[in-house]
Amino acid sequence: MEANTHVHRDDVASKLGMWLFIFTEILLFGGMFIVYSIFRYNHPVAFHLAGEELNDTMGLINTIILLVSSMTVAMSITAMQRGQVRRSMQLLVITIILGLAFLVNKYFEWGAKFDHHIYPGSSFLRELGTGDTLFFGLYFMMTGLHALHIIVGLIILVWVAFYIQKKRTRPDKYVFLENGGLYWHLVDLIWIFLFPLFYLIH
Amino acid sequence: MSEHKTHITSYTTHFMVLLALLILTWATVSITNINLGPYSVTAALLIACLKATLVLLYFMHLKFDSKILKISFSAVMVVFALVILLTFFDYLFR
Repeated sequence: MEANTHVHRDDVASKLGMWLFIFTEILLFGGMFIVYSIFRYNHPVAFHLAGEELNDTMGLINTIILLVSSMTVAMSITAMQRGQVRRSMQLLVITIILGLAFLVNKYFEWGAKFDHHIYPGSSFLRELGTGDTLFFGLYFMMTGLHALHIIVGLIILVWVAFYIQKKRTRPDKYVFLENGGLYWHLVDLIWIFLFPLFYLIH
Repeated sequence: MSEHKTHITSYTTHFMVLLALLILTWATVSITNINLGPYSVTAALLIACLKATLVLLYFMHLKFDSKILKISFSAVMVVFALVILLTFFDYLFR
């Protein structure tokens, strides 16, 4: 191809940079998972009972939403690599819609908790004791930070969609789409661990 | 410029991975519903690790990426495992 044109671009380095950032994210959430397991070890009964308070169905729906959205964003990259820009865009938009659906679910889930007087620092939680306070503190902190990552991920994906629209991301230059996808998968990856630890294990 | 061909994961592969992930999700839900006691945590974590591996290898393309990414990812996992190990040694034997 145009071997002689000088392109100031290094896709491998861009991806490596994204992965380095992802490593810091893994260690950030990893640290919180360690805190969770230590507190669970210290307060087994309270964690057992508090875990039953969480809505399994809501968690399962959000798990399925995130898994499907992970596939659609991965497919969006496949479409871009094959030169199917329109399809790539469509798959990206589906991913964004699924991300929004996740947040809507989260809103109702947290809303239901607030209605039951369960929120950080509530007097109801204080009466339940240290174990419950710790469990719900971690629940709000970890799912909250995760939801924040969903919001950031959505902003990045909208940004990518804008770039595709402007043809700044295109079949011969799509590392931004790949990196946006990586971020979105990271969010999925964290949820894969959050879901069983908070919602399923009683 | 790198002249090696970029690997393109097919739609079918992505769909099969999703299918596997959904089946594993169903498996965690059913395993935690039948009470295995202390083993339910282990089982849930094992399945979660399996799911994470699928996402990393196929969706995040790590399986087909350069060696430097694979090595650095493994290194981060080793560091994380060591932190877990040391923390638990501290808590269990103090």
